Amino acid sequence: MPDKKIRVLIAKPGLDGHDRGAKVIARALRDAGMEVIYTGIRQTPEMIAEAALQEDVDVVGLSILSGAHLALFPRIVSLLRENGLDDVLVVAGGIIPDEDVPALNDMGIGGVFGPGTPTDEIVDFIRGQVL
Amino acid sequence: MTEELVAGILAGQRRAIARAITLVENDGSEAQAILAAIHSHTGRAHIVGVTGPPGSGKSTLVNDLALSFRRGSAGHPPQTVGIIAIDPTSPFSGGAILGDRIRMRDLAGDPGIFIRSMASRGSLGGLAWATADTVRLLDAGGYDLVFVETVGAGQAEVDIAKTAHTTVVVEVPGLGDDIQAIKAGILEIADVFAVNKADHEGADHAVQVLQMMLDLNSPGPHAVMHHSRLIEVAAIAGQTADTPAWRPPIHKTVATRGEGIDGLVEAILAHRAYLERTGNLVWRERERAASELETIIQQEALRRVLAHTDGKQLAALIDQIARRELDPYAAGQLLLNQPSQAYRG
Amino acid sequence: MFDQDRLETLQEQKERWEETTLRKTLAERPERIPPDRFVTTSSAPVERLYTPLDVAGLDYARDLGFPGDYPFTRGVHPTMHRGRLWTMRMFAGFGMAEETNARYKYLLEHGETGLSVAFDMPTLYGYDSDAPEALGEFGKCGVAVSSLADMEALFDGIPVDQITTSMTINSPAAIVWAMYIAMAEKRGIPIEVLGGTIQNDILKEYIAQKEFIFPPKPSMRLVVDTFEFGSQYLPRWNTISISGYHIREAGATAVQELAFTLADGLEYVRWGLARGLEIDAFAPRLSYFFNSHNDFFEEICKFRAARRIWAREMRDTFGAKSPRSWLLRFHTQTAGCSLTAQQPENNIVRTAWQALAAVLGGTQSLHTNSMDEALALPSEYAVKIALRTQQLIAHESGVTNTVDPLAGSYFVEALTNRMEQETYNYFSKIEALGGVIPALEKGFMQREIAESAYRYQIEIDAKQRTVIGVNDYVEEGPVRIPLLEMDPQGYTRQVARLERVRRERDNEQVGVALEALRQAAQGTANTMPYIMDCVRAYATLGEIMGIFRQVFGEYREPVII
Repeated sequence: MPDKKIRVLIAKPGLDGHDRGAKVIARALRDAGMEVIYTGIRQTPEMIAEAALQEDVDVVGLSILSGAHLALFPRIVSLLRENGLDDVLVVAGGIIPDEDVPALNDMGIGGVFGPGTPTDEIVDFIRGQVL
Repeated sequence: MTEELVAGILAGQRRAIARAITLVENDGSEAQAILAAIHSHTGRAHIVGVTGPPGSGKSTLVNDLALSFRRGSAGHPPQTVGIIAIDPTSPFSGGAILGDRIRMRDLAGDPGIFIRSMASRGSLGGLAWATADTVRLLDAGGYDLVFVETVGAGQAEVDIAKTAHTTVVVEVPGLGDDIQAIKAGILEIADVFAVNKADHEGADHAVQVLQMMLDLNSPGPHAVMHHSRLIEVAAIAGQTADTPAWRPPIHKTVATRGEGIDGLVEAILAHRAYLERTGNLVWRERERAASELETIIQQEALRRVLAHTDGKQLAALIDQIARRELDPYAAGQLLLNQPSQAYRG
Repeated sequence: MFDQDRLETLQEQKERWEETTLRKTLAERPERIPPDRFVTTSSAPVERLYTPLDVAGLDYARDLGFPGDYPFTRGVHPTMHRGRLWTMRMFAGFGMAEETNARYKYLLEHGETGLSVAFDMPTLYGYDSDAPEALGEFGKCGVAVSSLADMEALFDGIPVDQITTSMTINSPAAIVWAMYIAMAEKRGIPIEVLGGTIQNDILKEYIAQKEFIFPPKPSMRLVVDTFEFGSQYLPRWNTISISGYHIREAGATAVQELAFTLADGLEYVRWGLARGLEIDAFAPRLSYFFNSHNDFFEEICKFRAARRIWAREMRDTFGAKSPRSWLLRFHTQTAGCSLTAQQPENNIVRTAWQALAAVLGGTQSLHTNSMDEALALPSEYAVKIALRTQQLIAHESGVTNTVDPLAGSYFVEALTNRMEQETYNYFSKIEALGGVIPALEKGFMQREIAESAYRYQIEIDAKQRTVIGVNDYVEEGPVRIPLLEMDPQGYTRQVARLERVRRERDNEQVGVALEALRQAAQGTANTMPYIMDCVRAYATLGEIMGIFRQVFGEYREPVII
């Protein structure tokens, strides 16, 4: 019988192809009972917003290690809003300096999970926000 | 709220369609209301099932097919495409990684394409519980074609044949000694065969084996045993000397290079035309409706019985069966024949 | 190497020790964790004790030999670091060419002995700095090079005829190399004296780093074009750095790193031979690049096993005649993925022992990571400490006094043997799948790596594997170390330069050169001379790569999660 599942989109925006973290998180979320759509690398903001819309996800997770987060995230968040996805939780991980986090929070990124974050912390955060 | 969603779906608004799919996946009363409201608006889309073993390149093939249908060709106008891509739910965690969308990069940015990834959520048979309802939503939303890409477990893939008008079975050379389709007993459900990765060794051999098996198959009505259930592959209605039965064509493809796709597209369109011409479309719709009704009754009956069964009583019955004090049929009758208050929905 | 009778006696003695001394101790004080949890960083089991029994079959001449002689287990040179220290080569690059040029001069001033270029994402993917795909990515993880003009600025005031340069570039490697060569040409330097390395290892891109652009076949064609060109015109240049570093960073175990990297190397040899090149004409200039991760002994054994396997395959399987073809020369980088954002000073210590392992493993060249690796690109302060780490090891630790000091250790030799055996197991699996390219197209290596990466994370989450500062000895509070700041005007200046280049060059000549390149790419000619012409005419990286994208198409990877 069907039951409610948390649906998560994991995306790697921009050119950065280092996908170890994104894949590990995808598996961890699956093992926590979530349904994870992994978009792969080299995603444009438009592709991410379109996927989030069609998949009607509860969470969008952005993984980026190249330092381009301040350039790419605002566009992603604004496209999500344009698509009517205001209530989607957006979280980010990768190499994001602490000093950039307040700016990211302001633009609508609900949580930033840097290197060394235990996977259950991320799972608990998502559950706490979505359920 | 429901009216807004229904209006949105019928207007082809993607947000509404996406939200509605989530609702039907989670199966609440709102979902049923929506499905009731849109039912009369369904029946237009051509539903194409794509099944085959893991690693056969189904997603890449669907990607190529969608591109081709979107472009259109001489004699066939461009069509809008919905895609439902199903992946298995982990029996351990209840979660899933839905990894088909990632292989359909080419389709990004096209508003005439809608891709929805779905987890099977414990359903067997290659489809997800909500597949048929999701097909209806995309149909009502105006998509001309709806592809359903199954889990591809290989063994229990027959459900697709009940949902789709046209079933494409994908084979790959060299995945083992036998052709997977024959092993799994799904040879009979194929309307079209695609031998993908045809640039690999063994492609021609795979085609030959399929030809041979098709030659052996009689075009008349026959039954197939599959997982101890009898599946009736009925006689093709209206078959006479002038309207021969449909013989599934076999097409070689190399999906990663887009080769052989045109032929496959033609075959799918030809099958649709065949169904319409021979009246088989109507027959298949009846089959689908019957099978769906049966599933719904089963689900609903189970749900009602369990909803009004005391947990302790159920546990006690189960113990009795396990201890051989009671046989399961008697237990079932007991639950079904509970006083009528159990059925006051 | 050991007498059979003595071994039998030893076996009995060992058993007696286990039944008496050991048992008594374990009864009073069990070991800290169950025996099966004593594992390497790669989760490979490690025994409590190693004795001659574990290396009973070892034959010194056959398995170890002398340094500089086959099978090179003990080192590729007879004198190793007594003769010449490893090159201290710090990977660096950020922002505009001028900023990176200043960092190179800083590093040279502080004693580094070789240069290493890190390029930014757009450059790595063959996009000009102002391309739409490059949005937000300029200069963030390396230096932006869009044309010969940038390359000239990058090496301004640096004597490239006297120092070797390694360039970490893959899909566009041939083009960036051409820019370096053209830069030297313009200075009147005869190109045959140029020494350096281009990474140019496309196979590991499909497996791990994912900076591929074209499909495997045309990519390999470009690689072999560079082998051929190098063997003809640049005898001192290493035309490839066959890499395990990235494979390891993606989550592979040490054995997977070893096996997949060597398998890639052997595949490059096959392709060179298929082109008709003489093996001894190009094999001596194949070089390697390994990771040096946390497990001190496992890494040392990995390096030793690598040399032995490569020597055997090159001499016996491929029949190379020149001993220079049998040598596995390698650069090492300490493991970035082992470093933490928490308590970054701890990273100095991690890097130190990882560097020590690389030195004891016989590396020819070494990059040590900076403590701020998990936070940003290295600051001057952090990179200096990283460089000093190498100098301290070289001059104060004493390990360079003798060659391959750990040889003969029962543990080290046993583990070297085991890693070699497991590598051959992987070779068999890859062969059964049809070879390296079919295997990676099927996602075999990628799947192995993803499994190992996930297992590693689960071990950390379950606290079966300790990471100081992350799951033990955790401190709250912000990190207080100075971070690198880049020129905020860099992008604007770079775009201005690009526009000037496009304006001031002879655009007709550029068009002619690009068209000639297209013809060559569509045929079978070696593309290097045509790339050189484009580069000399100041065609941009994006324009040249654009030709290749059109001719070769773009690759879609089989995604394994």
